[in-house]
Amino acid sequence: MTMTMNIRMKQVAAAALISFGAIGAAQAQKAEVIHWWTSGGEAAAIKEFATMYTKAGGTWVDTPIAGGGGAQARTVMANRTMGGDAPTAAQYNYGKQYEEIIKEGLLNDLDDVAKKGNWDKLLPEKIRNAVKVNGKYFAVPVNLHNENWVWFNKAVLAKAGAKEPTNMDEMFAAMDKVKAAGGVVPLALGGQGWQEGITFRGVLLATGGQDLYLKTFKDKDASTPGFRKAVETFKKLKGYVDPGSPGRDWNLATGMVIEGKAAFQMMGDWAKGEFVNAGKTAGKEYGCFMAGGPKMPYAIGGDVFVFPKQKSADSAAAQKKLAEMMISPEGQVAFNNKKGSIPIRTDVDTSKMDICAQAGVQAIKENRLLQSDNELLSPDAKGAFEDAVSKYWNSSQSADDAIKSMAVALKR
Amino acid sequence: MARSARPKRLNLALHAALLPLAITALLAYVGSVIWSIRISLSSSKLFPRNDWVGLDQFQRLFETDRWIVSLQHMGVLAVVYILGVLVLGTLMAIFIDQQVRAESWFRTIFLYPYAMSFVVTGLIWQWLFNPTLGLQNALRLMGWESFTLDWTVQPDMVLYAIGLAMVWQGSGTTMAILLAALRGVDEEQWKAARLEGVSKPRYYLSVVLPQLGPAYATAFVLLAVALVRTFDVVAVMTSGGPGDASEVPAKFIIDHLFGRNNIGLASAASVVMLVTVFTVLAPLLYWRSKVQARQNAGH
Repeated sequence: MTMTMNIRMKQVAAAALISFGAIGAAQAQKAEVIHWWTSGGEAAAIKEFATMYTKAGGTWVDTPIAGGGGAQARTVMANRTMGGDAPTAAQYNYGKQYEEIIKEGLLNDLDDVAKKGNWDKLLPEKIRNAVKVNGKYFAVPVNLHNENWVWFNKAVLAKAGAKEPTNMDEMFAAMDKVKAAGGVVPLALGGQGWQEGITFRGVLLATGGQDLYLKTFKDKDASTPGFRKAVETFKKLKGYVDPGSPGRDWNLATGMVIEGKAAFQMMGDWAKGEFVNAGKTAGKEYGCFMAGGPKMPYAIGGDVFVFPKQKSADSAAAQKKLAEMMISPEGQVAFNNKKGSIPIRTDVDTSKMDICAQAGVQAIKENRLLQSDNELLSPDAKGAFEDAVSKYWNSSQSADDAIKSMAVALKR
Repeated sequence: MARSARPKRLNLALHAALLPLAITALLAYVGSVIWSIRISLSSSKLFPRNDWVGLDQFQRLFETDRWIVSLQHMGVLAVVYILGVLVLGTLMAIFIDQQVRAESWFRTIFLYPYAMSFVVTGLIWQWLFNPTLGLQNALRLMGWESFTLDWTVQPDMVLYAIGLAMVWQGSGTTMAILLAALRGVDEEQWKAARLEGVSKPRYYLSVVLPQLGPAYATAFVLLAVALVRTFDVVAVMTSGGPGDASEVPAKFIIDHLFGRNNIGLASAASVVMLVTVFTVLAPLLYWRSKVQARQNAGH
């Protein structure tokens, strides 16, 4: 109680100060934004938005909350919104993470902005579906990530005499050569549950493509022969991973590939932000391919911002301004070039993008988009599924038992 | 020390002074406990929901592998940690009790690990045990090619690595508790024992330690509580991995509370923990108060 009271007092004091200072001047619209972008490449990307907002005459209050793939940030957001101290905007991933907050009636919808910006036309159908709930826009999508990429160090492959792969079968062949040559870790894996989950879904797409992916996560059916094959192939990867893997952070694993200590990493395209930060160019020092192969659909992943209900009209204006800015062509290009992801609109200049991002843009243009597990499973079920994957990866559990517990998890 | 001899007025003032604390405890602690129990009987996910689903959450809890495994891990840690700390703490306390020179130095050194946060401790132990960064790598680079110390990445050893870090951190306080109790033992007993030709180890084992019952009970209660809330050291050292090989109940609860939007299941898990702690500690606390009352009456 005292805490909220303190905050209230401070707000009153701050408001008084601002109104004194703002006599005659345009009022600076304050926007507090909660996000979890704290690694080098990520922080550079959100800074683009902050700079734009400041230039437009607003005041950007940055509230980054590190860790846990955003879980901490989302917790802070939920608690503050319930406690009546909501931020102006908050980051989420596509999918079900903010569904309950909408149900509680705590979010502003964005239909005004969407109508003005003609989002119905602008956004590809599947992205539109991902941010629309009950016919209303509740989130502004800012980027499109694909979690199922494979990154490799070209020099390492050349030294081992391996061909640069374009799909997972060729990747296994290349890893065998790297392993035989010795001295380099064939596959850099961060041994944390969510990273093992990404690796598994990559294998799933490579094994059975879109059909198997949807069969598993949409129909929640783990009894197909394709699923079994994916489970077995996944475990084969273990032979290419170094013993230091458990607990390793994803960016350290990316660092191993950047420095030539490892050949491959299976990770989303946010890893590219690390390559860019290290001054590497796609196609020159490092290469990429989609785990499912070049014609595979993009599992929709990435980030959105939501706007909790506020009391003052001023903050509603700030929210609109933010949403318009984030989806504007300039905002999209500036942000996504730093972030490693691709813009959600296809009417922007893509010529400056690297070859990996261009492959992604092509996928959007051809409408090769796929509902991801984030959209199809509740956070609870997704977590339970990754628990089962992680258990199987890290123990001597049989494929049969693993499939059984994965099937149970899917139905959570 | 008879309690009834105290003036009544002092008692009243005492109670008045303690009232704010009592209210806080009642509202904040008991209130939260009741709230958790309520939530554990609802279908709450991200936000509290005001419905009743009976024991569904508990049923799901005990169908969850990860929870069962984390309970088993707590059992292993109970043995490694509590036993380890009690034995080591006793030895250190007896060692200092020998009127060693530079006693305050030893006390500081033994207590030092406790002064550091578990986050720092956990990080250091993680580095030590990491096969590509730590001791193993260092010694191999120096030429000892076959040296292996990779407990944190071995599913069957990882718990012992965590137990070791916890023992290292916790032994100091237990030593301090036991040392204080040792100092309260009448020295005349040793003189008498020596006249009887009793050796020093024998004297400690048969004469001194049995008198330390209440001190051990205190130490045990503190250790048991520390064990139940073990979270930070695991989160930092292994984040529960590899797989679920070092998962503990507190981490299970935090993960489901925050990461997985499932406060119903998390509350059910915390209620289970609370009940466990009560059933273990309540009889012990009762016994300790009995013994103390008896000892006080005897003096």
